[in-house]
Amino acid sequence: MSAALTLLRRDLSLLLPGTRGGASFLPLLFFLAVAMLYPFAVGPDAVLLARTGGGVIWVAALLAAILPLDRLLAPDMRAGLFDQWALRGISEELVVAIRLLAHWLSFGPFLMLAALPASALLGLDEPTLRTVELGLLAGTPGLAAIGIIIASVTVALRGGGAALAGLLVIPLAVPLLIFGAGSLSTGGEGGIALTAAISLLLVAIAPFAGGAAIRAAREG
Amino acid sequence: MEPAALANIGLSARDIACRRGERLLFRGLSLELASGEACQVSGPNGTGKSSLIRILAGLLRPFAGVVDSSGAMALLDERPALDEHLPLGRALAFWQRLDGGPADLARLGLADLAEVPFGYLSTGQKKRAALARMIGQNAPIWLLDEPLNGLDTAAVALVEAIIAEHCAGGGIALVASHQPIALPGARVIHLPDFTA
Repeated sequence: MSAALTLLRRDLSLLLPGTRGGASFLPLLFFLAVAMLYPFAVGPDAVLLARTGGGVIWVAALLAAILPLDRLLAPDMRAGLFDQWALRGISEELVVAIRLLAHWLSFGPFLMLAALPASALLGLDEPTLRTVELGLLAGTPGLAAIGIIIASVTVALRGGGAALAGLLVIPLAVPLLIFGAGSLSTGGEGGIALTAAISLLLVAIAPFAGGAAIRAAREG
Repeated sequence: MEPAALANIGLSARDIACRRGERLLFRGLSLELASGEACQVSGPNGTGKSSLIRILAGLLRPFAGVVDSSGAMALLDERPALDEHLPLGRALAFWQRLDGGPADLARLGLADLAEVPFGYLSTGQKKRAALARMIGQNAPIWLLDEPLNGLDTAAVALVEAIIAEHCAGGGIALVASHQPIALPGARVIHLPDFTA
Protein backbone atom coordinates (compact mmCIF):
# COMPACT_ATOMS: atom_id res chain seq x y z
CA MET A 1 0.00 0.00 0.00
CA SER A 2 2.74 2.42 0.91
CA ALA A 3 4.52 1.54 -2.33
CA ALA A 4 1.35 2.53 -4.20
CA LEU A 5 1.21 5.87 -2.37
CA THR A 6 4.89 6.52 -3.07
CA LEU A 7 4.31 5.83 -6.76
CA LEU A 8 1.22 8.05 -6.84
CA ARG A 9 3.11 10.91 -5.22
CA ARG A 10 5.87 10.71 -7.81
CA ASP A 11 3.40 10.37 -10.70
CA LEU A 12 1.46 13.42 -9.57
CA SER A 13 4.64 15.46 -9.24
CA LEU A 14 5.48 14.52 -12.83
CA LEU A 15 2.05 14.91 -14.40
CA LEU A 16 0.15 17.64 -12.54
CA PRO A 17 0.35 20.90 -14.48
CA GLY A 18 2.49 23.60 -12.95
CA THR A 19 4.68 21.37 -10.78
CA ARG A 20 8.45 21.63 -11.02
CA GLY A 21 9.68 19.48 -13.86
CA GLY A 22 6.09 18.44 -14.32
CA ALA A 23 3.69 18.95 -17.15
CA SER A 24 2.70 22.33 -18.47
CA PHE A 25 -0.68 23.99 -18.69
CA LEU A 26 -0.49 23.56 -22.46
CA PRO A 27 -3.36 21.01 -22.77
CA LEU A 28 -5.64 23.34 -20.79
CA LEU A 29 -4.62 26.40 -22.78
CA PHE A 30 -5.18 24.39 -25.93
CA PHE A 31 -8.66 23.45 -24.72
CA LEU A 32 -9.55 27.05 -23.88
CA ALA A 33 -8.04 28.31 -27.13
CA VAL A 34 -10.37 26.08 -29.15
CA ALA A 35 -13.39 27.35 -27.22
CA MET A 36 -12.19 30.91 -27.72
CA LEU A 37 -11.41 30.62 -31.42
CA TYR A 38 -14.52 28.69 -32.44
CA PRO A 39 -16.93 31.67 -32.21
CA PHE A 40 -14.52 33.72 -34.32
CA ALA A 41 -14.46 30.98 -36.95
CA VAL A 42 -18.21 30.33 -37.27
CA GLY A 43 -19.42 33.85 -36.54
CA PRO A 44 -21.46 35.37 -33.70
CA ASP A 45 -24.63 33.34 -34.28
CA ALA A 46 -25.76 32.66 -30.69
CA VAL A 47 -28.20 29.89 -31.67
CA LEU A 48 -25.63 28.03 -33.76
CA LEU A 49 -22.96 28.42 -31.06
CA ALA A 50 -25.25 27.16 -28.32
CA ARG A 51 -26.28 24.17 -30.45
CA THR A 52 -22.75 23.12 -31.51
CA GLY A 53 -20.72 24.44 -28.55
CA GLY A 54 -21.06 21.29 -26.44
CA GLY A 55 -19.69 19.15 -29.25
CA VAL A 56 -16.76 21.53 -29.70
CA ILE A 57 -15.95 21.21 -25.99
CA TRP A 58 -15.90 17.44 -26.38
CA VAL A 59 -13.59 17.51 -29.40
CA ALA A 60 -11.27 19.95 -27.64
CA ALA A 61 -11.22 17.75 -24.52
CA LEU A 62 -10.30 14.70 -26.56
CA LEU A 63 -7.47 16.47 -28.34
CA ALA A 64 -6.20 18.04 -25.10
CA ALA A 65 -6.01 14.55 -23.57
CA ILE A 66 -3.68 13.42 -26.38
CA LEU A 67 -1.06 16.11 -25.73
CA PRO A 68 0.67 14.57 -22.68
CA LEU A 69 0.80 11.00 -24.06
CA ASP A 70 4.48 10.91 -25.01
CA ARG A 71 5.54 11.73 -21.47
CA LEU A 72 3.21 9.29 -19.73
CA LEU A 73 5.33 6.14 -19.76
CA ALA A 74 8.18 6.36 -22.28
CA PRO A 75 10.59 8.46 -20.14
CA ASP A 76 10.35 5.94 -17.26
CA MET A 77 10.92 3.07 -19.67
CA ARG A 78 14.02 4.74 -21.10
CA ALA A 79 15.40 5.57 -17.64
CA GLY A 80 15.06 1.95 -16.50
CA LEU A 81 12.47 2.55 -13.78
CA PHE A 82 10.21 -0.28 -14.93
CA ASP A 83 13.11 -2.75 -14.57
CA GLN A 84 13.83 -1.49 -11.08
CA TRP A 85 10.16 -1.82 -10.10
CA ALA A 86 10.07 -5.36 -11.51
CA LEU A 87 13.10 -6.33 -9.38
CA ARG A 88 11.24 -5.07 -6.32
CA GLY A 89 8.18 -7.15 -7.15
CA ILE A 90 6.09 -4.08 -8.05
CA SER A 91 3.97 -5.26 -10.96
CA GLU A 92 3.58 -3.36 -14.20
CA GLU A 93 -0.18 -3.55 -13.67
CA LEU A 94 0.07 -1.64 -10.39
CA VAL A 95 2.36 0.99 -11.91
CA VAL A 96 0.03 1.46 -14.89
CA ALA A 97 -3.11 1.61 -12.71
CA ILE A 98 -1.54 4.32 -10.56
CA ARG A 99 -0.26 6.17 -13.63
CA LEU A 100 -3.82 6.05 -15.01
CA LEU A 101 -5.18 7.64 -11.84
CA ALA A 102 -2.47 10.33 -11.86
CA HIS A 103 -3.02 11.01 -15.58
CA TRP A 104 -6.75 11.46 -15.06
CA LEU A 105 -6.21 13.70 -12.01
CA SER A 106 -3.82 15.84 -14.04
CA PHE A 107 -6.30 16.64 -16.81
CA GLY A 108 -9.86 15.47 -15.99
CA PRO A 109 -10.74 17.84 -13.15
CA PHE A 110 -8.89 20.70 -14.87
CA LEU A 111 -10.86 20.18 -18.08
CA MET A 112 -14.09 20.19 -16.10
CA LEU A 113 -13.06 23.49 -14.52
CA ALA A 114 -11.97 24.95 -17.86
CA ALA A 115 -15.33 23.90 -19.33
CA LEU A 116 -16.93 26.67 -17.23
CA PRO A 117 -15.23 29.60 -19.00
CA ALA A 118 -15.42 27.67 -22.27
CA SER A 119 -19.19 27.34 -21.98
CA ALA A 120 -19.45 31.06 -21.31
CA LEU A 121 -17.40 31.77 -24.44
CA LEU A 122 -19.70 29.52 -26.48
CA GLY A 123 -22.88 30.83 -24.88
CA LEU A 124 -24.11 27.48 -23.55
CA ASP A 125 -27.18 27.55 -21.30
CA GLU A 126 -27.21 26.02 -17.86
CA PRO A 127 -28.79 22.62 -18.63
CA THR A 128 -26.33 22.14 -21.51
CA LEU A 129 -23.42 23.04 -19.27
CA ARG A 130 -24.65 20.51 -16.73
CA THR A 131 -24.82 17.80 -19.38
CA VAL A 132 -21.35 18.72 -20.62
CA GLU A 133 -19.87 18.58 -17.11
CA LEU A 134 -21.53 15.26 -16.25
CA GLY A 135 -20.50 13.89 -19.63
CA LEU A 136 -16.87 14.94 -19.06
CA LEU A 137 -16.95 13.40 -15.60
CA ALA A 138 -18.14 10.15 -17.14
CA GLY A 139 -15.94 10.28 -20.22
CA THR A 140 -12.54 11.64 -19.15
CA PRO A 141 -11.57 8.48 -17.19
CA GLY A 142 -12.13 6.55 -20.41
CA LEU A 143 -10.02 9.04 -22.37
CA ALA A 144 -7.28 8.66 -19.74
CA ALA A 145 -7.48 4.86 -20.03
CA ILE A 146 -7.21 4.96 -23.83
CA GLY A 147 -4.25 7.31 -23.46
CA ILE A 148 -2.48 4.95 -21.03
CA ILE A 149 -3.11 1.91 -23.25
CA ILE A 150 -1.75 3.68 -26.33
CA ALA A 151 1.20 5.13 -24.40
CA SER A 152 2.17 1.64 -23.23
CA VAL A 153 1.81 0.12 -26.70
CA THR A 154 4.07 2.83 -28.18
CA VAL A 155 6.42 2.89 -25.16
CA ALA A 156 9.42 1.43 -26.97
CA LEU A 157 9.18 3.69 -30.03
CA ARG A 158 11.67 6.49 -30.22
CA GLY A 159 10.85 9.73 -31.97
CA GLY A 160 7.58 9.50 -33.96
CA GLY A 161 5.87 7.70 -31.04
CA ALA A 162 3.84 10.73 -30.04
CA ALA A 163 2.39 11.28 -33.50
CA LEU A 164 1.53 7.61 -33.85
CA ALA A 165 -0.06 7.61 -30.40
CA GLY A 166 -2.28 10.52 -31.41
CA LEU A 167 -3.42 8.70 -34.52
CA LEU A 168 -4.16 5.52 -32.57
CA VAL A 169 -6.16 7.29 -29.85
CA ILE A 170 -8.63 8.99 -32.17
CA PRO A 171 -10.48 5.91 -33.51
CA LEU A 172 -10.62 4.35 -30.03
CA ALA A 173 -12.09 7.53 -28.59
CA VAL A 174 -14.91 7.71 -31.15
CA PRO A 175 -17.43 5.69 -29.04
CA LEU A 176 -16.83 7.96 -26.06
CA LEU A 177 -17.30 10.98 -28.27
CA ILE A 178 -20.49 9.64 -29.86
CA PHE A 179 -22.20 8.91 -26.56
CA GLY A 180 -20.66 11.77 -24.59
CA ALA A 181 -21.36 14.50 -27.12
CA GLY A 182 -24.54 12.66 -28.18
CA SER A 183 -25.96 13.09 -24.68
CA LEU A 184 -26.20 16.81 -25.50
CA SER A 185 -28.70 16.39 -28.30
CA THR A 186 -30.76 13.65 -26.65
CA GLY A 187 -30.98 15.59 -23.42
CA GLY A 188 -28.82 13.55 -21.23
CA GLU A 189 -28.94 10.61 -19.01
CA GLY A 190 -28.90 7.64 -21.36
CA GLY A 191 -25.90 8.94 -23.23
CA ILE A 192 -24.00 9.80 -20.07
CA ALA A 193 -24.70 6.35 -18.63
CA LEU A 194 -23.36 4.72 -21.80
CA THR A 195 -20.30 6.99 -21.70
CA ALA A 196 -19.69 5.97 -18.10
CA ALA A 197 -20.09 2.29 -19.03
CA ILE A 198 -17.48 2.54 -21.80
CA SER A 199 -15.19 4.46 -19.45
CA LEU A 200 -15.48 1.81 -16.76
CA LEU A 201 -14.69 -0.95 -19.23
CA LEU A 202 -11.63 0.92 -20.53
CA VAL A 203 -10.41 1.72 -17.02
CA ALA A 204 -10.77 -1.95 -16.07
CA ILE A 205 -8.83 -3.15 -19.12
CA ALA A 206 -6.09 -0.50 -19.12
CA PRO A 207 -3.79 -1.80 -16.32
CA PHE A 208 -3.70 -5.31 -17.79
CA ALA A 209 -3.28 -4.24 -21.40
CA GLY A 210 -0.66 -1.68 -20.36
CA GLY A 211 1.23 -4.14 -18.16
CA ALA A 212 1.36 -6.74 -20.93
CA ALA A 213 2.54 -4.15 -23.46
CA ILE A 214 5.33 -2.96 -21.17
CA ARG A 215 6.56 -6.51 -20.52
CA ALA A 216 6.53 -7.20 -24.25
CA ALA A 217 8.54 -4.02 -24.89
CA ARG A 218 11.13 -5.09 -22.31
CA GLU A 219 11.73 -8.43 -24.04
CA GLY A 220 12.20 -6.69 -27.38
CA MET B 1 21.83 -7.38 7.32
CA GLU B 2 22.77 -10.28 9.56
CA PRO B 3 24.99 -12.88 7.91
CA ALA B 4 22.77 -15.57 9.44
CA ALA B 5 19.83 -14.30 7.40
CA LEU B 6 21.89 -14.57 4.24
CA ALA B 7 22.79 -18.24 4.57
CA ASN B 8 19.95 -19.30 2.31
CA ILE B 9 20.52 -16.94 -0.56
CA GLY B 10 21.74 -18.21 -3.87
CA LEU B 11 21.79 -17.55 -7.57
CA SER B 12 22.14 -20.32 -10.07
CA ALA B 13 21.73 -20.77 -13.80
CA ARG B 14 21.72 -24.10 -15.62
CA ASP B 15 22.62 -24.46 -19.26
CA ILE B 16 21.26 -21.09 -20.30
CA ALA B 17 21.44 -19.81 -23.84
CA CYS B 18 20.63 -16.34 -25.07
CA ARG B 19 19.38 -15.36 -28.48
CA ARG B 20 19.03 -11.78 -29.65
CA GLY B 21 17.29 -11.52 -32.97
CA GLU B 22 18.81 -14.17 -35.22
CA ARG B 23 22.07 -14.44 -33.30
CA LEU B 24 22.79 -16.98 -30.59
CA LEU B 25 25.00 -14.97 -28.24
CA PHE B 26 26.05 -17.77 -25.89
CA ARG B 27 24.90 -21.22 -24.86
CA GLY B 28 25.55 -23.90 -22.29
CA LEU B 29 26.35 -21.39 -19.57
CA SER B 30 25.93 -22.58 -16.01
CA LEU B 31 26.82 -20.85 -12.80
CA GLU B 32 26.13 -21.28 -9.15
CA LEU B 33 26.75 -18.58 -6.55
CA ALA B 34 26.20 -18.99 -2.84
CA SER B 35 26.33 -16.52 0.03
CA GLY B 36 29.56 -14.51 0.05
CA GLU B 37 30.64 -15.32 -3.50
CA ALA B 38 31.53 -12.91 -6.26
CA CYS B 39 31.72 -13.53 -9.97
CA GLN B 40 33.06 -11.46 -12.82
CA VAL B 41 31.63 -11.81 -16.31
CA SER B 42 34.18 -10.66 -18.85
CA GLY B 43 34.28 -10.41 -22.60
CA PRO B 44 34.40 -7.83 -25.36
CA ASN B 45 31.44 -5.63 -26.33
CA GLY B 46 28.51 -7.45 -27.84
CA THR B 47 29.20 -10.88 -26.35
CA GLY B 48 26.06 -10.77 -24.24
CA LYS B 49 27.21 -9.55 -20.82
CA SER B 50 24.24 -7.24 -20.38
CA SER B 51 21.85 -9.87 -21.73
CA LEU B 52 23.20 -12.39 -19.21
CA ILE B 53 22.62 -9.92 -16.39
CA ARG B 54 19.08 -9.22 -17.59
CA ILE B 55 18.38 -12.96 -17.83
CA LEU B 56 19.65 -13.51 -14.27
CA ALA B 57 17.53 -10.57 -13.09
CA GLY B 58 14.46 -12.17 -14.63
CA LEU B 59 13.95 -9.26 -17.03
CA LEU B 60 14.72 -11.30 -20.15
CA ARG B 61 13.65 -14.86 -20.88
CA PRO B 62 16.56 -17.15 -21.70
CA PHE B 63 16.38 -18.93 -25.06
CA ALA B 64 17.09 -22.15 -23.16
CA GLY B 65 17.90 -23.17 -19.60
CA VAL B 66 16.66 -22.14 -16.18
CA VAL B 67 17.59 -19.46 -13.70
CA ASP B 68 16.95 -20.03 -10.03
CA SER B 69 17.42 -17.42 -7.36
CA SER B 70 16.54 -17.03 -3.71
CA GLY B 71 16.94 -13.58 -2.24
CA ALA B 72 16.11 -10.09 -3.47
CA MET B 73 18.15 -8.77 -6.38
CA ALA B 74 19.44 -5.28 -7.03
CA LEU B 75 20.44 -4.18 -10.51
CA LEU B 76 22.84 -1.48 -11.59
CA ASP B 77 23.07 -0.89 -15.32
CA GLU B 78 23.69 2.01 -17.66
CA ARG B 79 20.31 3.54 -16.83
CA PRO B 80 20.35 5.16 -13.40
CA ALA B 81 16.53 5.19 -12.96
CA LEU B 82 16.66 8.57 -11.22
CA ASP B 83 14.57 11.59 -12.19
CA GLU B 84 16.66 14.07 -14.18
CA HIS B 85 14.86 17.23 -13.03
CA LEU B 86 14.84 16.41 -9.30
CA PRO B 87 17.66 17.31 -6.91
CA LEU B 88 19.76 14.21 -6.26
CA GLY B 89 18.56 13.94 -2.66
CA ARG B 90 14.90 13.89 -3.67
CA ALA B 91 15.48 11.57 -6.63
CA LEU B 92 17.11 9.06 -4.28
CA ALA B 93 14.45 9.66 -1.64
CA PHE B 94 11.85 8.16 -3.99
CA TRP B 95 13.71 4.84 -3.94
CA GLN B 96 14.39 5.14 -0.21
CA ARG B 97 10.66 5.29 0.42
CA LEU B 98 10.18 2.10 -1.64
CA ASP B 99 13.19 0.29 -0.18
CA GLY B 100 13.05 1.54 3.38
CA GLY B 101 16.78 2.12 3.83
CA PRO B 102 18.67 5.42 3.77
CA ALA B 103 21.29 5.91 1.07
CA ASP B 104 24.83 6.62 2.23
CA LEU B 105 25.65 9.75 0.23
CA ALA B 106 28.82 10.69 2.13
CA ARG B 107 30.70 7.49 1.40
CA LEU B 108 30.12 7.86 -2.33
CA GLY B 109 31.19 11.50 -2.26
CA LEU B 110 27.71 12.78 -3.03
CA ALA B 111 26.93 14.62 0.21
CA ASP B 112 27.53 18.06 -1.34
CA LEU B 113 25.44 17.25 -4.38
CA ALA B 114 22.12 16.48 -2.68
CA GLU B 115 20.61 19.79 -3.85
CA VAL B 116 21.89 19.58 -7.44
CA PRO B 117 19.40 18.37 -10.07
CA PHE B 118 20.37 14.85 -11.13
CA GLY B 119 20.46 15.86 -14.79
CA TYR B 120 23.28 18.35 -14.08
CA LEU B 121 25.64 15.74 -12.64
CA SER B 122 28.65 14.41 -14.53
CA THR B 123 28.79 10.87 -15.90
CA GLY B 124 30.82 9.62 -12.95
CA GLN B 125 28.62 11.38 -10.41
CA LYS B 126 25.52 9.85 -12.01
CA LYS B 127 27.12 6.42 -11.79
CA ARG B 128 27.87 6.96 -8.11
CA ALA B 129 24.30 8.14 -7.52
CA ALA B 130 23.00 4.96 -9.18
CA LEU B 131 25.31 2.97 -6.89
CA ALA B 132 23.84 4.76 -3.89
CA ARG B 133 20.37 3.80 -5.11
CA MET B 134 21.44 0.16 -5.50
CA ILE B 135 23.15 -0.04 -2.11
CA GLY B 136 20.12 1.54 -0.46
CA GLN B 137 17.96 -1.29 -1.73
CA ASN B 138 19.65 -3.59 0.82
CA ALA B 139 19.30 -6.60 -1.46
CA PRO B 140 21.57 -9.61 -0.85
CA ILE B 141 22.19 -10.26 -4.56
CA TRP B 142 23.87 -7.53 -6.60
CA LEU B 143 23.92 -7.58 -10.38
CA LEU B 144 26.26 -4.92 -11.72
CA ASP B 145 26.51 -4.17 -15.42
CA GLU B 146 29.66 -2.15 -16.19
CA PRO B 147 29.78 -0.49 -12.75
CA LEU B 148 33.12 1.18 -13.53
CA ASN B 149 32.03 3.12 -16.63
CA GLY B 150 32.80 6.80 -16.22
CA LEU B 151 34.42 6.45 -12.79
CA ASP B 152 37.82 7.91 -11.86
CA THR B 153 40.55 5.83 -10.20
CA ALA B 154 39.54 6.74 -6.66
CA ALA B 155 35.92 5.85 -7.34
CA VAL B 156 36.96 2.56 -8.96
CA ALA B 157 38.82 1.59 -5.79
CA LEU B 158 35.81 2.61 -3.73
CA VAL B 159 33.44 0.46 -5.80
CA GLU B 160 35.82 -2.50 -5.51
CA ALA B 161 35.90 -2.01 -1.72
CA ILE B 162 32.12 -1.74 -1.50
CA ILE B 163 31.64 -4.95 -3.50
CA ALA B 164 34.24 -6.76 -1.36
CA GLU B 165 32.44 -5.61 1.80
CA HIS B 166 29.10 -6.75 0.43
CA CYS B 167 30.48 -10.24 -0.22
CA ALA B 168 32.29 -10.35 3.13
CA GLY B 169 28.91 -9.62 4.73
CA GLY B 170 27.43 -12.68 3.03
CA GLY B 171 26.08 -11.06 -0.12
CA ILE B 172 26.42 -12.22 -3.71
CA ALA B 173 27.83 -9.97 -6.43
CA LEU B 174 27.91 -10.66 -10.13
CA VAL B 175 29.83 -8.03 -12.06
CA ALA B 176 29.88 -7.71 -15.83
CA SER B 177 32.77 -5.57 -16.96
CA HIS B 178 35.05 -5.33 -19.94
CA GLN B 179 37.56 -3.46 -17.78
CA PRO B 180 39.75 -5.16 -15.18
CA ILE B 181 38.15 -5.01 -11.75
CA ALA B 182 39.76 -6.29 -8.58
CA LEU B 183 37.41 -8.78 -6.94
CA PRO B 184 39.43 -10.97 -4.57
CA GLY B 185 38.39 -14.59 -4.77
CA ALA B 186 35.93 -13.95 -7.56
CA ARG B 187 35.13 -16.56 -10.13
CA VAL B 188 35.55 -15.40 -13.72
CA ILE B 189 33.19 -16.29 -16.54
CA HIS B 190 34.73 -15.43 -19.88
CA LEU B 191 31.67 -15.16 -22.11
CA PRO B 192 33.40 -15.77 -25.48
CA ASP B 193 34.09 -19.32 -24.19
CA PHE B 194 30.38 -19.97 -24.48
CA THR B 195 29.78 -18.55 -27.93
CA ALA B 196 27.74 -20.82 -30.07
